[in-house]
Amino acid sequence: MSHESTYKPNSNFEKWMDERLPIIRMSAEISSFPTPRNLNYLWTFGGILTFCLVVQIVTGIILAMHYTPHVDYAFDSVQHIKRNVNFGWLLQGIHMVGGSMFFLAVFVHMFRGLYYGSYKAPREILWILGVVLLLLMMATAFMGYVLPWGQMSFWAATVITNLFSAIPLIGESIVQWLWGGFSVDNPTLNRFYALHFLLPFMIFGVVVLHIWALHVTGNNNPIGIDVKGKQDTLAFHPLYTLKDGFALAVFAILFAWFVFYAPDYLGHPDNYIQANPLQTPPHIVPEWYFLPFYAILRAIPSKLLGVIAMVSSILVLFILPWLDTSRVRSAKFRPLYRIFFWIFVVTCLGLGYLGAKPPEGNYLIFARLFTAYYFIHFLIVIPMLGLIERPKPTPNSISESVLGKSKGGGGQPDAVPAAPENR
Amino acid sequence: MNRLVGAISAFCSVCFVLAGLWLGSANSPAFAASEAPHTGMQSWTFSGVFGHFDRAQLQRGYKVYQEVCSNCHGMRLLSFRNLGEAGGPEFSEAEVKAIAAGFQVVDGPNRDGEMFERDGKPSDRFVSPFKNDNEARSANNSALPPDLSVIGKARGLHREVPWYLAPFNWLQEIAAGYQEGGADYMFALLTGYAEAPSDFKLAEGMEYNKVFPGHQIAMPPPLSDEAVEYTDGTPQTVTQYARDLSAFFMWAADTKLEQRKQLGFRVMIYLLILTVLLYLAKRKLWSRVKH
Ligand code: HEC
Ligand code: HEM
Repeated sequence: MSHESTYKPNSNFEKWMDERLPIIRMSAEISSFPTPRNLNYLWTFGGILTFCLVVQIVTGIILAMHYTPHVDYAFDSVQHIKRNVNFGWLLQGIHMVGGSMFFLAVFVHMFRGLYYGSYKAPREILWILGVVLLLLMMATAFMGYVLPWGQMSFWAATVITNLFSAIPLIGESIVQWLWGGFSVDNPTLNRFYALHFLLPFMIFGVVVLHIWALHVTGNNNPIGIDVKGKQDTLAFHPLYTLKDGFALAVFAILFAWFVFYAPDYLGHPDNYIQANPLQTPPHIVPEWYFLPFYAILRAIPSKLLGVIAMVSSILVLFILPWLDTSRVRSAKFRPLYRIFFWIFVVTCLGLGYLGAKPPEGNYLIFARLFTAYYFIHFLIVIPMLGLIERPKPTPNSISESVLGKSKGGGGQPDAVPAAPENR
Repeated sequence: MNRLVGAISAFCSVCFVLAGLWLGSANSPAFAASEAPHTGMQSWTFSGVFGHFDRAQLQRGYKVYQEVCSNCHGMRLLSFRNLGEAGGPEFSEAEVKAIAAGFQVVDGPNRDGEMFERDGKPSDRFVSPFKNDNEARSANNSALPPDLSVIGKARGLHREVPWYLAPFNWLQEIAAGYQEGGADYMFALLTGYAEAPSDFKLAEGMEYNKVFPGHQIAMPPPLSDEAVEYTDGTPQTVTQYARDLSAFFMWAADTKLEQRKQLGFRVMIYLLILTVLLYLAKRKLWSRVKH
């Protein structure tokens, strides 16, 4: 639903620019982008994610000016930042908490997509770019966690890089190639630092593609039916910018709470112990946002199959648009899918809980059940539901569902000024 | 519907902050743990939103560290000047100078290429008792006394709760801004020496401790009543020493704690006002359209 350009250059300079680099046209189009009038607060998380990315990049660049990527100095240099650099404690706290906030937001964003069927045609590429973003975020977070060179940094890096050794024949060589040696050591730390600096900018690039794709297809919306015309949409600015701004402020409160009052709550105390290759910590646990995947990895007795399952748990998202056989997008009109969606949410939360527990006894049994259901959900439930479910009748249009039948389709958009100053 | 969600989330964030302010204010009843069991959450002046250190307590803690623990444990990330900085023990400038001058610091090389010793200055780091880990081990029965610079954050107390209570536990700890696990652990450790149960096999040269993982610790009980003299009338007991040390180590690990909490309060108020204003503006604007 890419829309006709309504921008008219209204000065000689704008005209001159428009013929050379139509950047003013572009921003005018973004601000007047026709957005479904019925979006709820779950649609504010894309903006929140963009905010998180910018925050991570800005704080990260300043941290990089003070950090030393060397096994002998890395741990102390982070302490130096917190103790001696002006407001270093604040920058470091924001960056550390920011990683968690980023993942919190991305999980909400993804479950929003799952609930409202935002991955279905015509938004497959938009969704796939999202999955690419998730993978890039995970790689970035993992490598960033290694940099402070605490016990958890070191041992998480060791455990995760060692997973590659499960690959038959070439596994061992790949692991040594990743390490740049025969164990996680200074070369590993250096390359992780270089990549941790690089990847956020790649994320930035993919976000541009992601939003580009969004502007081609237009937003999905809570009732999941296509925009039929002008009466269904509102200009993005100022209505949605304000709504996004308000949601962002609420999110910022939670963010700030962690930064100022519980900066270490989401981390592990062991990471305040300098890395020691000779001493394995009693429990090696990843950061909370990796726990569901870690649970899947450990639920499976074979290392190779465990790795395959863990990787597949994300790869399966790539083919989700083609696994889903239902033409109805929003779970609002899918009585059965709605139930299974919530079962799936519980499954993911359960896996997250179990990822932090030792893989034994009941914990292991449940981790296996949840792992099995995770895949059953995507590979069996979702394809089947589309075939057997009888969706509820959907409204004819967004405006009809919002404005009521009588007024719907009248082509009478509310008198909302695109720019408030024109009022 | 949307308006409702907006109002609810504005309301929730206000409630969240207020609940935090309440739970987090240092001596709230929810966390004023009793003295009796030494494992568990203690009440600290530095917990919660308005948390701050008790200068006298930090000064006492430093004294005990200096007289007892520093024989085996270094604190290499701290400098003497830190002892005089705002938000810490806040020794006077003269006191900091005197403390530093009490140490011999290796400096150099001088013009002849020789290392030499001189009196410490406030800008010097704390002096570690051993030259390296091997020397430390050989002096301690091959056990390594860890550096205590960040020990306040490198340990924690783990509360085991059933899975269905876990979310409530997290929410409670987050709302209270619980960050004192390190101090709670230190206090429990230092007061946790006891006679080993008869069926417990203690290895040669090891001590029994109730909270140390595995209950066998290579550190002999470092504290005893009356071991360090307090001049301000504070009781000279193991419990009191442990309490003062735990506070001192918490500060050492988190020297910017007070600054953080003070700035945090201002940021929170600012964000709350911003949120309410944005909500009102948003509601006004959206009241003109059907959605
Ligand atoms: C005689 C030397 C000695 C003295 C004095 C000493 N310690 Fe230790 N400390 C050790 C040794 C050795 C260990 C290592 C114990 C082990 O790993 O089993 C240790 C370990 C510790 C630990 C780490 C425990 C853990 O959870 O791993 C702390 C905390 C600690 N000491 C605090 C103190 C404090 C506080 C004092 C002063 C009151 C003190 N120590 C005095 C030798 C000493
Ligand atoms: C760096 C991480 C990401 C950023 C910055 C980002 C940003 C955005 C933005 C700004 C929007 C439009 C506003 C909105 O609908 O919320 C959006 C929409 C969308 N995103 Fe993301 N996103 C990220 C990650 C992801 C991931 C991991 C997925 C899924 C795997 C995903 C899937 C989608 C989909 C399907 C839409 C369209 C939703 C709709 O209109 O219904 N995104 N994203």
